[in-house]
Amino acid sequence: MIRFLANRLLGMAVVLFLVCLFTYVIFFLLSPDPAVQICGKNCTPEAIDQIRANLGLDEPFLAQFWTFLSGLFVGRTYGTGANAIDCVAPCLGYSFQSSQPVTDMILQRLPVSATVAVGAAVLWLLAGVSAGLVSAVREGKFTDRFITGLTLTGMSVPNYVLALSLQFLLVVTLGWLPFPQAVPFSEDPLQWFMNFLMPWIVLSIGAAAVYTRLTRANVIETLQENYVRTARAKGLSPGLVWRRHALRPALTPIVTIFGMDFAGLLGGALITETVFGLNGVGKLAADSITKNDQPVIMGVTLLAAFLVVVGNMVVDLLYTAIDPRVRVGSAA
Amino acid sequence: MTFTPTELEAEGAAGGEATGDPASSSPPASGRRLARAFMRDRAAVACAAYILVVILMALTAPLLVKLSGYGPLEFDQAAVDPNLGGLPLGWGGGIGTDHWFGVEPGNGRDIFARIVYGARVSMTIALLATALTSTLGVVFGLIAGYFGGRTDMVISRIMEFLMAFPALIFMIAVLSALPAENRQALLVVVISFFGWPYLARIVRGQTMSLKQREFVESAKASGASSAQIIFKEILPNLSSTIIVMTTLAVPGYVGTEAGLSFLGVGVVPPTPSWGQMIASSVSWYAVDPAYFLFPGAFLFLLVLSFTVLGDRIKKIAESGEGRA
Amino acid sequence: MTETPLLRVRDLTVGFPTAAGDVEVVKDLAFDLPRGGALGIVGESGSGKSMTSLAIMGLLPKGAKRSGSIELDGTELTTLREREMRSVRGDRIAMVFQDPLSSLNPYYTVGTQIAEAYRSHRTGVTRREARKVAIEAMERVHIRDAARRVDHYPHQFSGGMRQRVMIAMTLSMEPDLIIADEPTTALDVTVQAQILDLLAEIRRDTGAGLILITHDLAVVSEVADQIVVMREGDLVEQGTAERVFCDPQADYTRMLLDAVPRIDDEIGLLRTTTEEDR
Repeated sequence: MIRFLANRLLGMAVVLFLVCLFTYVIFFLLSPDPAVQICGKNCTPEAIDQIRANLGLDEPFLAQFWTFLSGLFVGRTYGTGANAIDCVAPCLGYSFQSSQPVTDMILQRLPVSATVAVGAAVLWLLAGVSAGLVSAVREGKFTDRFITGLTLTGMSVPNYVLALSLQFLLVVTLGWLPFPQAVPFSEDPLQWFMNFLMPWIVLSIGAAAVYTRLTRANVIETLQENYVRTARAKGLSPGLVWRRHALRPALTPIVTIFGMDFAGLLGGALITETVFGLNGVGKLAADSITKNDQPVIMGVTLLAAFLVVVGNMVVDLLYTAIDPRVRVGSAA
Repeated sequence: MTFTPTELEAEGAAGGEATGDPASSSPPASGRRLARAFMRDRAAVACAAYILVVILMALTAPLLVKLSGYGPLEFDQAAVDPNLGGLPLGWGGGIGTDHWFGVEPGNGRDIFARIVYGARVSMTIALLATALTSTLGVVFGLIAGYFGGRTDMVISRIMEFLMAFPALIFMIAVLSALPAENRQALLVVVISFFGWPYLARIVRGQTMSLKQREFVESAKASGASSAQIIFKEILPNLSSTIIVMTTLAVPGYVGTEAGLSFLGVGVVPPTPSWGQMIASSVSWYAVDPAYFLFPGAFLFLLVLSFTVLGDRIKKIAESGEGRA
Repeated sequence: MTETPLLRVRDLTVGFPTAAGDVEVVKDLAFDLPRGGALGIVGESGSGKSMTSLAIMGLLPKGAKRSGSIELDGTELTTLREREMRSVRGDRIAMVFQDPLSSLNPYYTVGTQIAEAYRSHRTGVTRREARKVAIEAMERVHIRDAARRVDHYPHQFSGGMRQRVMIAMTLSMEPDLIIADEPTTALDVTVQAQILDLLAEIRRDTGAGLILITHDLAVVSEVADQIVVMREGDLVEQGTAERVFCDPQADYTRMLLDAVPRIDDEIGLLRTTTEEDR
């Protein structure tokens, strides 16, 4: 077990390192000279050189990468002397355009993304699993085919089309919901709720569709398993057969997949946040791309990758806890 | 993205897996049988029909545009009302005999022409990306699954790495930083770069279990080379999985291209793209909803058709394999 | 004097609707099983033998149609409501299936699954009691170190052990009738013998009736006193084991017997029951 953990941690570290490296290289090659950006107008070549020296941009690539990498763990300092800027660990970079450490910028916006993610996740999990169960139990009948039709539709709408449609319909045309305004929960819970309602719906529809299909397929398959037949042959009550021998094996894999999807979502739902004007990590990424604020883009990318990798590992761990076949080796 | 890659893979896995019964000796899916069952399924045929229509639209775009009268890049100021800020004259955003789908507000470009040329962009990129992704996915999946060991380890790590990447952010960042030439080719490359691991993972899994089956053993015993085994024995058994995954991937890529264009990093204007049209339509929605509805509907229906088609094919393939 | 047979089957017919009309997989089957008797139902795949057992248990797949009479100790089973049938299953009739690995739920311990029937059919059973029952059952099927292994999961047992677990599952309720559907087919030959011995032993100890379903004549000859031969849903031959083996009446039975390779056979073509021979 310990060895397994160690192995996975190592694998995780390798993947994250590669993500770092890859991202850094690409941005290194692609992004414009930050020194020029900082210098602004009326820049002299000497000023640019000075800035470059301050930022360590004249150092070889590997040195720069190393500074960046170590900055993640112990922090780093930009520039020297009176204008030195401290960036505490984990230092994901420093945005010269906004004069803020990237980590801070992300942390400011994380709550919004988290709210979006959690709300959507709860919605899609509940809706998806219940619809899937109903579909499986009524397999082949009208309810099942209707739900299947809904899921196919739900899967096919691009989320920005859905987002815009909902917004157009509910806000502009029908006026049922007000235009989203950023309001903290403590100030006006109702408004806060309504702000997030549409993003939640938009994000969860696609996922709910997939989870419905997944649940349905799993439950149908599990019901055909031999051990369900054994349970029935023992004269167990239908409730017990259902809970222990059908639901448990069918739903367990879904929980694990859910972990990964949720982790991915925490990294920011770029499109949805942009369409609804939510100030989350996703929108931060989109804005930074427009403004070409490279450190922020890098920081967000790293964070998102980190979340996915961690999510992956949590899922694997969950699996060992949940599935006895993985947890305990066979002793035949 | 229309749906996350985990879900695409789960879709592929939930249905695409072999029934898993080691005793079953199901014959490889016969193409002819699939085709026949397919013809009988009305929904599948309807979807295929719509897809064909779109493809035809894309292929004959120049001709269609000659028929309709206006090209996709032509401005027709006469069709919009300058006093109302460029609002199209007429009902439905200017629908009429002149402009079959109306015009774009502001510049008066013919929406029909732009839809038709937008179809080109969508289909070209999606199909090319699918072709590339499938090829890479199948090749790497086969190699990793069949040869195992070191090869598998390396390929699996690469796949893991690519799948952990927040692809959307990265794609947007890279695309926005690069110059506008060859944008369509770039889109295909970038989309495929992140897309192949999902198919590869499924192919790898199935290859690994097929590897253990008796017919592979007997092929080995009769002296077949690895290449022969891979192509003659294993690949045919994967055909239904590959067909299903490919069909399900296309709508994803259509959505991705449209999404990227929506965000402004896809196809470069003035080349029309449905996604980009949708983006532009946002500010006009209250007064000219048609500008949103046309590309939105076409996009939605295209993605829906591919999705339903893929679902149907999967059902047919599954029932064909049968249960032991 | 004849006492009421434990199981009396009359005119049992099982059919499935198909695109081409109803297909009968069991046709007018009839046999008696005396108390404590052992009946072997023999036939090839598709003969309807498994369907017969499912019909008796009331576990036929959806869409199947069953007609005829099945009397357990005087009680007519076919007219019971589902809830009543449930109380019969696992309690008065218990079943052992062919593939022990897939027939056991991988997520729960062996102990839980063995005691399940007991806890379900009786009220107010504590966990302690249930565990004791499970351990006892495991000991009766000669699983060593039962007190520890009761908390193990199915995948931690070997094939033969798993089948013992399946048999242990039937014991806790002390059923009147045990139906074993191809219990040894998935096992090694050496383990087969052990399982058959175990079944015979249990039959001796508890006086339960046994129905053994198999395609393997060798297996049947070990355990059964009565034999029913089925072919494509029809009952082809019936009688005591001795009579059927030594003096088979039906051609089909003779072909089945001939198809078994014997060590003192002359070397020649192995007879099989192919279409041309029928």
